[in-house]
Amino acid sequence: MSSYSITEPSVRLKWIACVLVVLYALITLVPLLWIIATGFKSSSDAIAYPPKVVFEPTLEGYVNLFTLQNRAGAEQLAANPPTTWYEQIVHDKGMVISGPSRFGERFMNSVIIGFGSTFLSVFLGTLAAYAFSRYRIPLKDDLMFFILSTRMMPPIAVAIPIFLMFRAAGLSDTHAGMILLYTAVNLSLAVWLLKGFIDEIPREYEEAALIDGYTRFQAFVKVVLPQAATGIASTAIFCLIFAWNEYAFAVLLTSGTAQTAPPFIPTIIGVGGRDWPAVAAGATLFLVPVMVFTILLRKHLLRGITFGAVRK
Amino acid sequence: MAEIVIKNLRKEFGSFTAVEGSSFKIEDGEFFMLLGPSGCGKTTTLRMIAGLELPTSGEIYIDGEECGRKPASQRDIAFVFQMFALYPHMNVRRNISYPLASQGMPRAQIRDKVAEVARILGITDILDRPVGGLSGGDRQRVALGRAIVRDPKCFLMDEPLGALDAEFREHMAEELRALHDRMGATTVYVTHDQLEAMQMGDKIVVMNHGVVEQFGTPQDIYDKPATMFVAGFIGSPPMNFLRFHGRVAAGATEIAMRHASFKVPQTRSPFEGDMALGVRPEHVRLSDRSTFRGRVLASEYLGTTQIVTVQTQDGQIKARVPSDKQVRMDEAVGLEFTSSTITLFDAQTGHALRSELNEGVLAHG
Repeated sequence: MSSYSITEPSVRLKWIACVLVVLYALITLVPLLWIIATGFKSSSDAIAYPPKVVFEPTLEGYVNLFTLQNRAGAEQLAANPPTTWYEQIVHDKGMVISGPSRFGERFMNSVIIGFGSTFLSVFLGTLAAYAFSRYRIPLKDDLMFFILSTRMMPPIAVAIPIFLMFRAAGLSDTHAGMILLYTAVNLSLAVWLLKGFIDEIPREYEEAALIDGYTRFQAFVKVVLPQAATGIASTAIFCLIFAWNEYAFAVLLTSGTAQTAPPFIPTIIGVGGRDWPAVAAGATLFLVPVMVFTILLRKHLLRGITFGAVRK
Repeated sequence: MAEIVIKNLRKEFGSFTAVEGSSFKIEDGEFFMLLGPSGCGKTTTLRMIAGLELPTSGEIYIDGEECGRKPASQRDIAFVFQMFALYPHMNVRRNISYPLASQGMPRAQIRDKVAEVARILGITDILDRPVGGLSGGDRQRVALGRAIVRDPKCFLMDEPLGALDAEFREHMAEELRALHDRMGATTVYVTHDQLEAMQMGDKIVVMNHGVVEQFGTPQDIYDKPATMFVAGFIGSPPMNFLRFHGRVAAGATEIAMRHASFKVPQTRSPFEGDMALGVRPEHVRLSDRSTFRGRVLASEYLGTTQIVTVQTQDGQIKARVPSDKQVRMDEAVGLEFTSSTITLFDAQTGHALRSELNEGVLAHG
């Protein structure tokens, strides 16, 4: 045993911490791993009891996710010999592919609406936060509180007025409508978060740029934005996660052209019996963009969340 | 290079008046100090000259051109900030070249300019380093480099040595002054440190509560203070004041207090009321022959000199005397003033009364 130290925990404490962290990671990760694994199971393996941990992987779930299938008679099956690996999988079940499913479309809707509203929230939020941070605005504190107050109830509490407004304005089931809605919900968060980040950037940097011969806008773009990159990145992640995962409004306001993936994935259950592998495959794919986005920006995110906690 | 003229400059923030009708003139090539305690309006004045604040009223002439309302980017001035404000996402070279890039100067020319400035400041070897890891002194030099690189009309500096530690400050102060002498650029320098102002400045403006108290050379300000504030703010320890109620006729050369009377520089105008007699500690001598006597309260040893505090019937006096002079606590001593250096003040308004000593200075102050 080493002697007592203020900065170094003892070996025993380190072990305890290690075990706790591993335990916590297991608890949070196992459901995720289970979903990913289910996506590669056959329909019968997916519902096997006791649950199968070791199984033969198949892409059946993914094929079912992306295609519409019809049951076919023997002569029809013989007339349409499979030419690709996915047709083979369907063929083996005694079915034929009748066309692509709507999953790809819905997934793209999620991408367009999620990233679109994230971009708009961060763009407008940065401009508003900069103005609130730097200019003498009459009633500044009241306005900031007013912006914050829009978050004091769950957004879904105003679902019915929004539903009626969207119907009247012709925004129901449109990309523009959903982008607008998610931006409206996210903007208050974006303004508050970004104002905090911009407040931390000393004014002197911009003033130096003004004196060096740049206009205020140039100073904003060339000096403030690079400094605020960390804050912008973490704000963008928060906005994207909200817009990406949002379910209630999506169910209420979209059904066709602008439907996002979250309300769509559960509908897979009803298509060809309880097709859990297809649902799991959809959920797995749905995780990918946010994970990639977060991993790309994670350096900023970690710094961003703790930013301002310690006075430099 | 340019001369700067400030006329009736005034700045209000809501109901708070930061600067009240200041007027002064900064000659071409001068090293000009704006001195005062914090919150006196000196930084606001500097920021108005720079174009970072708009004046509420009044005019600023740079090189004969009124530019109180012009944006900072069009004034062709350079500003050195207290915290340096180097762009943290750029390296040293890009920081220094940034003002040139805004003018659209060709790249090759920028490189030559930056190299030249780096040589002058002795920072050639750190040009490609990020500014994050630089020491205080190097940051200071980079900030200066960014200021001098485009030959602006004048330099404005807001307590540029304030962020440095004491030892390095001394060194940078010398470097700054040498740089100024070499470039001959008009420089306006804000500080709250009276020693720094005296040491570096050609001229000093002393401000308090948004008002210019006095404007002149360091010697004039030290020897012939225009107000009691200036007399008390400058000098360490500050000027002694003996307060009394009395009267003085025009042309008088002696002033009578309750318990003593002193020779003073010949007065120019009559006055009656509450007055203060001001004398600097180094103009007070301990003398056994004197009839103005007091009791020694304390003595502080300062190496070559010592400060002796004496309680007299007319008030406390600090005297700066050679440190080899033996002074004992509670000892009764006589005090003598160098009468030609005495300034009389109107204790109500704080203004100095005109006399032979200060009439030349007060005329334009």
